Amino acid sequence: MKTAPFPEIVTADGEKPVFKAGDTVFISTRYPVGHYRVPRYIRGKRCVIEAVIEPCGLNNEEEGFGRNAGQKRHYYRVAIPLADLWPGYAGSAADGLRIEVYETWLEGTK
Amino acid sequence: MTHTHDHTPITVPDGVPGYYEIMETAMRELLAEKGIIHPAEIRRQIEVLDSRGPQLGAKVVARAWIDPEFRQRLLANGRAACEELGITFYDDTGLIVLENTEKVHNLIVCTLCSCYPRPVLGLPPDWYKQKPYRARAVREPRGVLAEFGTVISPEVEIRVSDSTSQLRYLVLPLRPAGTEGWTEEELAALVTRDAMIGVSTIEAQERKVR
Repeated sequence: MKTAPFPEIVTADGEKPVFKAGDTVFISTRYPVGHYRVPRYIRGKRCVIEAVIEPCGLNNEEEGFGRNAGQKRHYYRVAIPLADLWPGYAGSAADGLRIEVYETWLEGTK
Repeated sequence: MTHTHDHTPITVPDGVPGYYEIMETAMRELLAEKGIIHPAEIRRQIEVLDSRGPQLGAKVVARAWIDPEFRQRLLANGRAACEELGITFYDDTGLIVLENTEKVHNLIVCTLCSCYPRPVLGLPPDWYKQKPYRARAVREPRGVLAEFGTVISPEVEIRVSDSTSQLRYLVLPLRPAGTEGWTEEELAALVTRDAMIGVSTIEAQERKVR
């Protein structure tokens, strides 16, 4: 790996993605009041991170309520097999969902 | 007036406006009254929306079919490659271009509302915004595709991309066989809105000799 030209640089909270492509994570099971960009059918499901979306995005869930204006974190494009989402899924086992999920809704596996 | 056809009735707002219509009008008038948004800005935004349509996406697809380097840039960063062609992203969304191959067929949906690659395709069709498509595209995509006349082999993987936030998706359909040597304009004329949503594919057609 190339040495960073400025090793003394300290990044702010949320500037660097917490997860990387290939990580297996869970989507949080939470039901806060309000309009959240996390459809219910994926909550609690296990997924694999396919890509980190650059650049960081505004935390629109907080912003929508006038809190923490300007806080940014990453979105992730995650993959979930359709057979994991729907019991008795009739299509091919390879069929899958891709969806972007904000970092605050992802939980790492230990 | 009664109507006995079995098609979905076309709803034209008449009589008393509904709850959301009143709320939208009240909000719009209030914003204008307070000088936050000028009515001319709303009209301008409608012009921006009206200037976008599937013909833009079709040009992007045709360019990707004939120019391998453009295709590579398009798949790496959909928005930047579209911007090369002068397509602006007035809503500041990102764009991921999903490449259909012999092994993968992509389909796009927005289960939460009606997110759609508007900068490149314009306004979505009504069925895209309605609940049956939104609910079923992620639950039984093969059944939905079959209803559009698109039967995907069980050997081919189906990937459904659900748009939720700041990214939009555009399907790059497979180039039909027998179109070698066609011009970019001829190819663009083959590309349909539905193929860029992923509910259909593009069949080989006879070249129109001019």
